[in-house]
Amino acid sequence: MSLPAYSFAYLDEQTKRMIRRALLKAVAIPGYQVPFASREMPLAYGWGTGGMQVTAAVIGPDDVLKVIDQGADDTTNAVSIRRFFALTAGVRTTERTAEATIIQTRHRIPETPLAAGQILVYQVPQPEPLRKLEPRETETRRMHALAEYGLMHVKLYEDIARHGRITLSYDYPVLVNGRHVMAPSPIPSFDNPKMHRSPALQLFGAGREKRIYAVPPYTDVVSLAFEDHPFRPWKAEAACGLCGATETYLDEVVVDDRGGRLFVCSDTDYCAERRKAGHRGAAAGHALAAGEGG
Amino acid sequence: MSAVPLLAVRDLTVRFGRRVAVQHASFELWPGEVLAIVGESGSGKTTLLRAVHGDLPADGGRVLYRLHDGTLAPLDGLAEPVRRHLARTEWGFVHQNPRDGLRMAVSAGGNVGERLMAAGMRHWGRIRAEATQWLRRVEIDPARIDDPPRTFSGGMQQRLQIARVLVTRPRLVLMDEPTGGLDVSVQARLLDLIRGLVADLGLAAVIVTHDLAVARLLAHRMLVMQGGRIVESGLTDQVLDDPQHPYSQLLVASVLQA
Amino acid sequence: MYVAVKGGERAIAASHAVLAETRRGDPAVPELGVDQIEQQLGHAVDRVMAEGALYDRTLAALAIKQAQGDLQEAAFLLRAYRTTLPRFCASVPIDTARMTIARRISATYKDLPGGQILGPTYDYTHRLLDAALLEAGEVPPAPRAPEPADAAMPRVTALLDQEGLIRRETGDRDAEPPDLTRAPLTFPAPRALRLQNLARGDEGFVLAMGYSTQRGYGGTHPFAGEIRYGTVAVEIAPEELGFAIEIGDIAVTECQMINQFAGSRTEPPQFTRGYGLAFGHSERKAMGMALVDRALMSRELGEDVTAPAQDEEFVLSHSDNVEASGFVQHLKLPHYVDFQSELELIRRLRQEAEARLAEPSREAAE
Repeated sequence: MSLPAYSFAYLDEQTKRMIRRALLKAVAIPGYQVPFASREMPLAYGWGTGGMQVTAAVIGPDDVLKVIDQGADDTTNAVSIRRFFALTAGVRTTERTAEATIIQTRHRIPETPLAAGQILVYQVPQPEPLRKLEPRETETRRMHALAEYGLMHVKLYEDIARHGRITLSYDYPVLVNGRHVMAPSPIPSFDNPKMHRSPALQLFGAGREKRIYAVPPYTDVVSLAFEDHPFRPWKAEAACGLCGATETYLDEVVVDDRGGRLFVCSDTDYCAERRKAGHRGAAAGHALAAGEGG
Repeated sequence: MSAVPLLAVRDLTVRFGRRVAVQHASFELWPGEVLAIVGESGSGKTTLLRAVHGDLPADGGRVLYRLHDGTLAPLDGLAEPVRRHLARTEWGFVHQNPRDGLRMAVSAGGNVGERLMAAGMRHWGRIRAEATQWLRRVEIDPARIDDPPRTFSGGMQQRLQIARVLVTRPRLVLMDEPTGGLDVSVQARLLDLIRGLVADLGLAAVIVTHDLAVARLLAHRMLVMQGGRIVESGLTDQVLDDPQHPYSQLLVASVLQA
Repeated sequence: MYVAVKGGERAIAASHAVLAETRRGDPAVPELGVDQIEQQLGHAVDRVMAEGALYDRTLAALAIKQAQGDLQEAAFLLRAYRTTLPRFCASVPIDTARMTIARRISATYKDLPGGQILGPTYDYTHRLLDAALLEAGEVPPAPRAPEPADAAMPRVTALLDQEGLIRRETGDRDAEPPDLTRAPLTFPAPRALRLQNLARGDEGFVLAMGYSTQRGYGGTHPFAGEIRYGTVAVEIAPEELGFAIEIGDIAVTECQMINQFAGSRTEPPQFTRGYGLAFGHSERKAMGMALVDRALMSRELGEDVTAPAQDEEFVLSHSDNVEASGFVQHLKLPHYVDFQSELELIRRLRQEAEARLAEPSREAAE
């Protein structure tokens, strides 16, 4: 039996057109979740099928693709998705944020500010920001339609009453264009401010839940909060051990079994670029700096 | 005094299958007025209340509500967003079972604050101050503000539900047996509280009850329902002291005997 | 000791190689042929075709081999292949009344036109391990009844229909049915969409949901009106042709459950039917599906929706094992960015809590 021949970027043209139509609608109504006929992909649901379908629908032969997971280019899933598009679309891939025209990401926004013309594609596990408060799709769709977001604020109110602060640290809900409450995907709340009026086009794909949504360039993205309890993004209070950066989101790496810890930039490209430019952290020269851990 | 009622129910009919639960019910409610609907269980009084609130579709007739511009608008003609906005700002519904009207897993403060947040208030301290004040007003210790209602007694839960409804200063409150299921001593305290709040806030209210004492204490006017029909209506004292319809007479007599 | 948290391309390639080796097992044992799977593991092939939503016995057998017999993984392989196929048209509805019957039973009539035909079934076997199967051996030919007279086997529900005792199926026979693979599931879902979802749904899930209705979670008082298994012709009617042409035969199992219905605002008491259809020979799946189909009609029939099996959002959103398996297993992907945020948060909260606890004792000391 012979194997079938696959289309450019795997999906057939009809499917890509269907996804593009959903994307256009999503861009026209920032933050609104557009239902789309998500396809089975050769990767499991929850592993980036939504992001892959969006990337497949917007990518062209001249694009340069970067794929990150947890901010890193060399995590297994990022490697797997990058190879998938190198194989099915034959596009050039890169690890450098500035060089990429399309960046598919899971759980992070790159530290290097994005530029006009770049597209950031988010992989989204749960597109519905109200789902944890209301399990019913029929009900949450009505809440979005009528902009009834009181319940979301009740959750935030309760957080402050119980803990003195809002205890959402990732997938922190945002209000887009003053109208729709949106899940930014499980990026750390540290990354939320990067979404606000970004010059890049931000596209969100949720394959299993069959939803696409978007934040067009230069759109207001405001993290929900109270006037007297404003949004505060956090990160570990440390500097990157490798490049010394203090303004980046840090991964905590357990370096031995005696409680030894090392903080390093979660964005591997950003860290490598800084080191190339001569920046050095307290643990410069550590084996982690070699890039490949496995 | 305006010549337009706050609420007008015209010829309302609700059917369940072949059974007619409410038949051609009509009444009006004026600002600041308290109206009691009495009758035994199965008489259709709760069904009527739920149909007025829009929870049950009517099979005939209309419910009209006076908007701020003074016009009487049929509720089924209003757009869904407008109706829902009215429901969470100008109207309130107090359920017989507080579990139906409260979020049991959310703190007392969150329960009272929800309508404020839904109406757009975004200052945590002010929401909390308002919730504290309302807890005090319904005689709940403000120290309990962060406790969830499931840790409250039945009477406290019912008072919390009332605070949650009244926090946005509604013009109209519908109550379904608000004292049902409570001990007699607790009932008396709650009735006192409701009477005080209704008078202080100038609320218009419709109270469904099977208890004529509740009607006597709270209502200016009352309707008597039997088998889905309104068989008698009038000033509360008048109906209770000199009932005209044989069923009203029976109802009043049975209470006197008991 | 530093623990490696990142895997590179080499690690992935090596993992694939180990997988291939494990799949093959002991090279001293002859390799399994796809034809052997297709012929001798027929029920596995049927299940993979049903949940993979693709009728192709050879590809299903290949998927089973590739997945080392993991049937959910095999269904996933088939789905990922199916999604790349162009969609030409919808077939004419298959006519199971014209099925070439291999098995047909009814629990509601002792005898009926066409008779009861047991066919191949495990129903009356004693579940004793058969040591004879440890050795290869020839199977004696099975006795068969002469072909049924004129193959007239009216469906049981049609008999009730003649008397007007069973609720008429509504819906436009000529209308293009919705296609779950071309439009996302939306609620409320029409019955055609619900049935599609259940037909592709995980057999275990559908079975458990159906079972729950028998145990009081949304009871429907079911009778197995009829179960039939056999082959039916698939026809398409190309517009330019103007008539239907046969493109092949498929084997299907159909179950029609007959259920009580007390009547509603607009309808008199009558029987209702729950419908189940599965590729191949899969009676468990078809019966579970028929129970769930009926339970999901509750909303339309004006019955109280209280049980999980009656809740279409719950049932339809969780029936697909390709979705479920993917999302449960995605927890294996790194989550250290989210986890880091939670770590920071919980440290801060604990610091603040400790500070609060420490305060009164400081006062006491003063």
